[in-house]
Amino acid sequence: MKPPGRRRARRERELDEELQAHLRIAIAERVAGGESPENAAANARRELGNLARVREETREAWGGVAVERFGQDLRFGLRILRRSPGVSGIAILCLTVGIGANAAVFSWIEGILFRPFPGVAHQERLAALAGTMRGQPGHEGVSWPDFADLRKSCRTIDAFIADRIMGATLSIGERAERAPGSIVSANYFEALGVRPVLGRGFRPEEETGRNAHPVTVISWRTWKERYKGDPAIIGKIQRLNGAPFTIVGVAPEGFDGTFVGYAMRFFVPMSMEEKFEPGGWKLEDRGARFIEPFVRVRAGVTLAQAQAEISAVARRLEAMYPDTNRGHGLRVYPLRLTPFNGAAELGPTLGIALAVVAAVLLIACANVGNLLLVRSFGRRHEMTVRLAIGAGRGRLFAQLLTEGLVLSALGAAGGLVVARLCRGALALFYPARGTAIRLAGEIDWRVVAGAAVVCLVSTLLFGLVPALQAGRVDPAAVLKTEAAGVVGGHRKAWVRSLLVLVQVALCFVLLVGTGLVWRSLERIRRLNPGFSTRGVLVTAVDMLGAGYDADHAKSIETALLDRVRSLPGVESAAFARVMPLSLRPPSSGPVAVPGYVPPPDEQPIVQYVEVSPDYFSTTGIPLLSGREFARADDGDGERVAVVNDTMAAKFWPGRSPVGETLVLKGRPLRVVGVARTSKYQAVSEAPKPFFYVPLAQNFAPTTALFMRTSLGPAEMTAAFGAALRSVDPNLAHFEVTTMRRQVEDSARGEQVAVAVLEIFGGLALLLAAIGLYGVLSYAVSQRMHEMGLRMALGATGRDLLRLVASQGMALTGAGIAAGLAAALLLTRLIQNLLFGVSPRDPAVFGSSAAVLVAAALAACALPAWRAVRLDPWKALRE
Amino acid sequence: MAEKTPASRLDLLQGTLDLLVLQTLRWGPRHGYGIAQMIRSGSRDVLQVDTGSLYPALHRLERQGAISADWETSENNQRVRVYRLTAAGRKQLAAERSRWDQLAEAIAGVMRKPSESES
Repeated sequence: MKPPGRRRARRERELDEELQAHLRIAIAERVAGGESPENAAANARRELGNLARVREETREAWGGVAVERFGQDLRFGLRILRRSPGVSGIAILCLTVGIGANAAVFSWIEGILFRPFPGVAHQERLAALAGTMRGQPGHEGVSWPDFADLRKSCRTIDAFIADRIMGATLSIGERAERAPGSIVSANYFEALGVRPVLGRGFRPEEETGRNAHPVTVISWRTWKERYKGDPAIIGKIQRLNGAPFTIVGVAPEGFDGTFVGYAMRFFVPMSMEEKFEPGGWKLEDRGARFIEPFVRVRAGVTLAQAQAEISAVARRLEAMYPDTNRGHGLRVYPLRLTPFNGAAELGPTLGIALAVVAAVLLIACANVGNLLLVRSFGRRHEMTVRLAIGAGRGRLFAQLLTEGLVLSALGAAGGLVVARLCRGALALFYPARGTAIRLAGEIDWRVVAGAAVVCLVSTLLFGLVPALQAGRVDPAAVLKTEAAGVVGGHRKAWVRSLLVLVQVALCFVLLVGTGLVWRSLERIRRLNPGFSTRGVLVTAVDMLGAGYDADHAKSIETALLDRVRSLPGVESAAFARVMPLSLRPPSSGPVAVPGYVPPPDEQPIVQYVEVSPDYFSTTGIPLLSGREFARADDGDGERVAVVNDTMAAKFWPGRSPVGETLVLKGRPLRVVGVARTSKYQAVSEAPKPFFYVPLAQNFAPTTALFMRTSLGPAEMTAAFGAALRSVDPNLAHFEVTTMRRQVEDSARGEQVAVAVLEIFGGLALLLAAIGLYGVLSYAVSQRMHEMGLRMALGATGRDLLRLVASQGMALTGAGIAAGLAAALLLTRLIQNLLFGVSPRDPAVFGSSAAVLVAAALAACALPAWRAVRLDPWKALRE
Repeated sequence: MAEKTPASRLDLLQGTLDLLVLQTLRWGPRHGYGIAQMIRSGSRDVLQVDTGSLYPALHRLERQGAISADWETSENNQRVRVYRLTAAGRKQLAAERSRWDQLAEAIAGVMRKPSESES
């Protein structure tokens, strides 16, 4: 068989020969019938019709023509592209921005929500498991005894995987650093399908026995960075929180554990829990819900089926262990809705980002559509001639779309490069300190496929307008009037104005959305959290990480507090087990109050935190009655508590709780004070019951330190560091920062949302301004003649300026009006992301309009200036 | 016929043209011009086959295998492409013919009906 190209060429030649023969026979017959040779030739020719069209239609009968045509169009498209590099360049740039923004968001969604754990097999069958309270989903984990019962009794689940994130001091030689790690069940690596590159994962017996198995698997990064890829690493000792652990394995490259947001540096088996978790040995405590597990659902089983089975087990556990499990249920979440890691925080933001980049893409497509319309005007002659010599309208249509496809394919390629560069961009917006942040986008075949779909859709969007316009050309009319100037331009101007109007409207919606989220972030920042944000510095000291036991840590804390209090400029200082508004949750436990009868289905569980003396005066939480903790409230004194006013109103309605008894986990506490309710875990949370107990009576070694001082963090860092060293040279502290920053950082989700919206909103504004500029400058160039005439008849530069600007402003005004209607409908959708701001906030709507008008004026400036500088004689002569 | 718009030309001959071509080739091999002339004279000049429809139809039928084509030299020394019916083409002709007959009869029946009911 000959190659298709040569076979095709031969067929073309044969078809020509066949048609020529046809013509000759027809002429011969006509001559034989008595016609003159000239007449015969002309008549036969006319009878044969349009030779090119006959050829074209016959070729179609051969089949396979679509491919060949596509190749022709493609080559032609590339030629057109090179012929007007300016237009093509801007079009490709717009598309790169539009498609790139989409591809970047796709890759974030893929890498953070859908397949967040590189190196883990079959993530589509992985689901998160979290506790519920009385059917209400919360951030509760699962206790180890419940976990063990679950994995014994579920058939729809292939594997239960226990995981608990923690931070530990990783010391190698002289250098120590804080690093995130995971406490995991023994099946962790095997169940995730992660094979250590060196050594092994954990053995089944290694998850049992209190502190019995000091072994660790280190991450690839730890191995490479801290051990320089030592090939004989297995069996060596790694000190974690001061204790020696034997390295039994090295995780493969790219595997960063299973917590969205952090890259784990090491893994230890569950039996070593006590070394890392505050609150002691929890593996036998059914009430200690500290595990954040994953389940691998059996192939072919739906999440609903797994949920049904797990719920049944949870109900059984509730009946068997009412003391710890009453009201507690379990819920299975697809990975993208995981409630306990960065997915929960970023999910809504990424959803909005998706809608926003779709709008950016539409705006970009409108720009490209506009550009191509202008160019198609310049190519009207070409189109007309092609139609006149027999090109079908469908063929012309296909060719214009192919030209569009060339543009958007180049844009998509650029877009993927942009997405690749932006993979790590989210991590930049994510305020976190001192930890290994991991929030990378993932570009796999799904993202590329998504980008390809976006590319095709945008081709249709921007390619259709000029193609439809070309389809409407009437060859005869155009050829006849070609010389007469701008004919048929009016309709195109109308289409182009409509495109700009849509752009402005979309842009307005985006600006309003950005403004609303920005304002609610401002609200959160300004909100009174219930404690002082000024004049208070915070830091933390990791006693557990130094490997100290409770008694030693307690004595160090007392000494350290004394040292810090005596530092110049420090008014007071206090410890608490956890920082308010931090990721680490406060303690919680079942409480009982004599005289308070809970509703039958309620097991009252209240959160509390362990604090040192002077906590309230240092943090600025007002005490409403009673006293705060003193030195005397230590291990020898009466056990005491301070409750907040929300708790007082619930458990002691109408009376003062001071002097009353509160029973926590079966042990009585004397209430000595009432504090005003503040914010504990999130600034946007509703007031909730909460209480405080003295650190000295409920010792927990992980401690946040608060200092009331007028000094700044920079000045304090040195002084505090020296104080800490003088107490114990082995202790390290976290960054010294302000309470204000602690509050601001707690609004991480909102900060990322604002950053993303600001960037995309800015892009949209820029693209819309370019679109408006393009339309206006084209309009001016088309109206040069008219404007010259106006000038000659006495119009001043100012009149022309007004003429151009009013056209621009009319477009912008109409766009804003349309956008206003859309925004009023759409902003309700982001209501749950807003805090203290109405989705119809007039200030935001007003300033968005103002920004757009300003951008529109800027876009008008250059065309208007050109109109003003017009030389009427020159314009008229053209 | 030059005034005919492309649309009406296609409507008129789509499908039927294939039948006419096959039927013409039943009387022996012929080149394109010959086929067109024969259809024209056979229909007493009522059916004038447009070249722009004829050649696509011939090449389509050739691709389908209903007819085959060879280069031959005509009586006045022209190199011409001559088409002839294949076995498959004969079968197709028979099938299309009986379909055509049914259709013609059905249409004739419909046209007759009113006068019958009147009587």
